[in-house]
Amino acid sequence: MIRYVGKRMLAIVPIVFIATLVTFALIHISPVDPAEAYLTAAHIYPTPELLEQKRREFGLDRPLIEQYVDTLGRIARLDFGSSYLTNRPVWDEVKARLPATAELAVSSILFSVLVSVPLGVLAAVYRRGWVDLLTRAIAYFGASIPQFWLGYLLMFFFAVKLDLLPVEGRGDWRNLVLPTITLSFVLIALYTRMLRTAMSEQLDETYVRYARTRGLRERSVVLKHALKVAIMPLITSMGMNMGRLLTGTIIVEQVFSWPGFGRYFVEAIFNRDIPVIQCYVFLAACLFIVCNLIVDLIQMYMDPRILTEGRANT
Amino acid sequence: MSKKWHTALKGRHTIAACSVLILFFFAVAIFAPWIAPHDPVKVDLAHKLDGPSAQHWLGTDHLGRDNLSRLIYGARVSLGFAFVIFLSSLVLGILIGALSGYVGGWLDNLIMRVCEGIMAFPNLVLVLGIVGIFGPGLMQVLLALLMVQWVYYARICRNMVISLKERPFIAAARVSGSSSWQIIRRHIIPNVQRPIVVIATLEMGWAIMDISALSFLGLGIQPPNAEWGAMIHEGTSHIRSHPELMIYPGILILIVVITFNIVGEALSERYGVAKR
Repeated sequence: MIRYVGKRMLAIVPIVFIATLVTFALIHISPVDPAEAYLTAAHIYPTPELLEQKRREFGLDRPLIEQYVDTLGRIARLDFGSSYLTNRPVWDEVKARLPATAELAVSSILFSVLVSVPLGVLAAVYRRGWVDLLTRAIAYFGASIPQFWLGYLLMFFFAVKLDLLPVEGRGDWRNLVLPTITLSFVLIALYTRMLRTAMSEQLDETYVRYARTRGLRERSVVLKHALKVAIMPLITSMGMNMGRLLTGTIIVEQVFSWPGFGRYFVEAIFNRDIPVIQCYVFLAACLFIVCNLIVDLIQMYMDPRILTEGRANT
Repeated sequence: MSKKWHTALKGRHTIAACSVLILFFFAVAIFAPWIAPHDPVKVDLAHKLDGPSAQHWLGTDHLGRDNLSRLIYGARVSLGFAFVIFLSSLVLGILIGALSGYVGGWLDNLIMRVCEGIMAFPNLVLVLGIVGIFGPGLMQVLLALLMVQWVYYARICRNMVISLKERPFIAAARVSGSSSWQIIRRHIIPNVQRPIVVIATLEMGWAIMDISALSFLGLGIQPPNAEWGAMIHEGTSHIRSHPELMIYPGILILIVVITFNIVGEALSERYGVAKR
């Protein structure tokens, strides 16, 4: 088991390496000179001397390899440089905004699981019943509705028309309701259908029939036996859809003026604040990679067959 | 009843009906200058935020521009650019993927590592990163989406090619003296068509959503041009008084994307191809 975990950990290294390479390449494929971008963002008139000085400061006159090694070292120390706009270290700015984004992400994950597990189970148990039909409708809408539009629709009905919830900003739980629903909708659509498919398959298996013949209550057959297996693809999919959740936060934070990392990233794009952009892209990749690892480990824990794969047959 | 719905949604009639709808939207996009009753960027402050009238069927926006005309012209950007992205990433992906699978060896290794590198990032994050570096604008968005999308086609194509490569009819073609390029074009591409068609239909829906999301963030099309995502963004300033400004374009995006998704799903069921 330790060998498997170690192997999975090692497999991360090249991917993180590629992520740093892409992050590094972002500056160098840019048609804009970072020195010029810096001066523009800081509202300083770019004279040739100033540009030259800034270029040297950023180390842009050195060979590419040297610059890259330097970047690697700095990333390892979580030093992403200073924001062109505020001149404060990017990591400090990011740290201040991460809790808001994390709050949104965690509440959306919880909400989507709380809604999709019961819906998925009911849809599988009462196949072709009205819950099944409802999940199908949600699945089609969830995959096709633009997230920002859904956010504004919810805002229009619940905040503007009915005046039940605040329109925007971060505060108590009432501020969290609309952004969470907006963010979870697409996930709910996905998870519900996935669970429904997995559940239907499991319910047709022989072990379920056996459990029923043994006289177990239907409820425990469904919830204890079948669900335990059927939830596996859901967990995998949750890890794989971290990216969707992350890009969702960018959009939802924009719609509801949520003071998080995603909004900061979009502002940085408009200001050509290259260190912030690099930082976001790199952290997003890391999050993605780590989530996939966690999913693998959970799977290993829940399904020990992965460990013996290949060995059992020989 | 739901059984009937289920089969109805998967059948040949669905594909036909949805295709007609898609063609209709494309026709509207292509013939926009002849269909649109007004100039979509002509400002008329005397008639701003008017309700529906005989002259302006869907009313006017905050600058007095005709909503219907803007929606019609918006179809051009949304559908047109989605189509361009789809086509260019398809061509690029198939070429690179076929090459990678056919030649194999270190080239295949290199290309697959690049693909994995790109796929290590959440799609939109990398697109936003690229747009952030190149600056806002439709061309940059196009380029960024292309740089990210080709990977999916390339991987499918590569895997198909590898499984096809060992089949007797390819070997026969090689023995009879066809060049690599001829084999790829005559024997391999026709065989990868089905999964590609399925992915492509679903991808069109995603491309339309991505473009509108980027335009909504202000990174795609620049004002005063009309695009559905950008129109929703403009409409949100009047969410209290004139919610219909943001509702119309959203409904259109929803209809178009849902149509593409239904076709994609129906096709994948018919062809027995797994989605990505």
